[in-house]
Amino acid sequence: MEKVIIDADKCKGCALCIEACPKKCLILSDTFNKAGYRPAVFTQKDACISCGFCFQVCPDIAIEIYT
Amino acid sequence: MKKIFSRPESLTPAPHLYCAGCGHGIIHRLVAESIDELGVREKTIAVAPVGCAVFAYDYFNFDVTEAPHGRPPAVATGIKRVLPDRIVFTYQGDGDIAAIGTAETIHAANRGENITVIFVNNANYGMTGGQMAPTTLIGQKTATTPFGRDAKRDGYPLHLCELLATLKGVAYLERVTVYNPKHIFNAKRAIKKAFQNQIDGKGFSLVEVISQCPVDWGMTPLDSVAWVKDVFIKEFPLGVFKDI
Repeated sequence: MEKVIIDADKCKGCALCIEACPKKCLILSDTFNKAGYRPAVFTQKDACISCGFCFQVCPDIAIEIYT
Repeated sequence: MKKIFSRPESLTPAPHLYCAGCGHGIIHRLVAESIDELGVREKTIAVAPVGCAVFAYDYFNFDVTEAPHGRPPAVATGIKRVLPDRIVFTYQGDGDIAAIGTAETIHAANRGENITVIFVNNANYGMTGGQMAPTTLIGQKTATTPFGRDAKRDGYPLHLCELLATLKGVAYLERVTVYNPKHIFNAKRAIKKAFQNQIDGKGFSLVEVISQCPVDWGMTPLDSVAWVKDVFIKEFPLGVFKDI
């Protein structure tokens, strides 16, 4: 199971989480979600420290963090 | 694996209708987390404004009522006086609290009503398409000030916290922002304190949250948080204005 789970259909691709991530674990997807946004995708599974900064800045509460 | 951060119980799973990058979603979560942590969800009543947060009843998982434009402090006064054991708070934007609702806000504060006010300041009228609000900065371009706000024609930005700090009935005033995680943690502390004050019966508590409005400012979400940091909070300095 991954440390960061992103609800791709809730995400609006604002990229605030990508800016906030201290380990640069997130990128924007190349594909679109149901609403036509490019959602954030969790990529660097080993680098993530579960700090929760991406959850803190997410305006759509689309992120869940596990440790 | 253990879940450490997820949607608080006081928020419903409904997707937000706010624009991408809007600060409202963050502030909703901070309010919901504070209420969960204080264990008062079952006896909380929110008063929603007219403005972007008008659909707050869809997002909050507790009782929410709606007030006419600018009048949430008056409606909250009535609810709190009839049901004094409930936790009553208003959630308002700058067009609501600082323009059409100035009188209700000032008198509720001056009476020292034991309510909590969450004031979201994004320097324009968001819902109607980004017109000039009393809090719009000098020189800021909006739909109704296309060449920037001119003090001679449009007046100066209204600083509500500084204005209310002179009133004896006010217990707590703080201005915070939500443009990065550090400030979000600080905003959470301030919002929780404003609710704790109400539980302790201290009186009128208001937290002003400086928030980004990317679409109406004509910026990307990342540019809008940079503008909050570099320009907005220079005009509206953060800090505690009153705490008794």
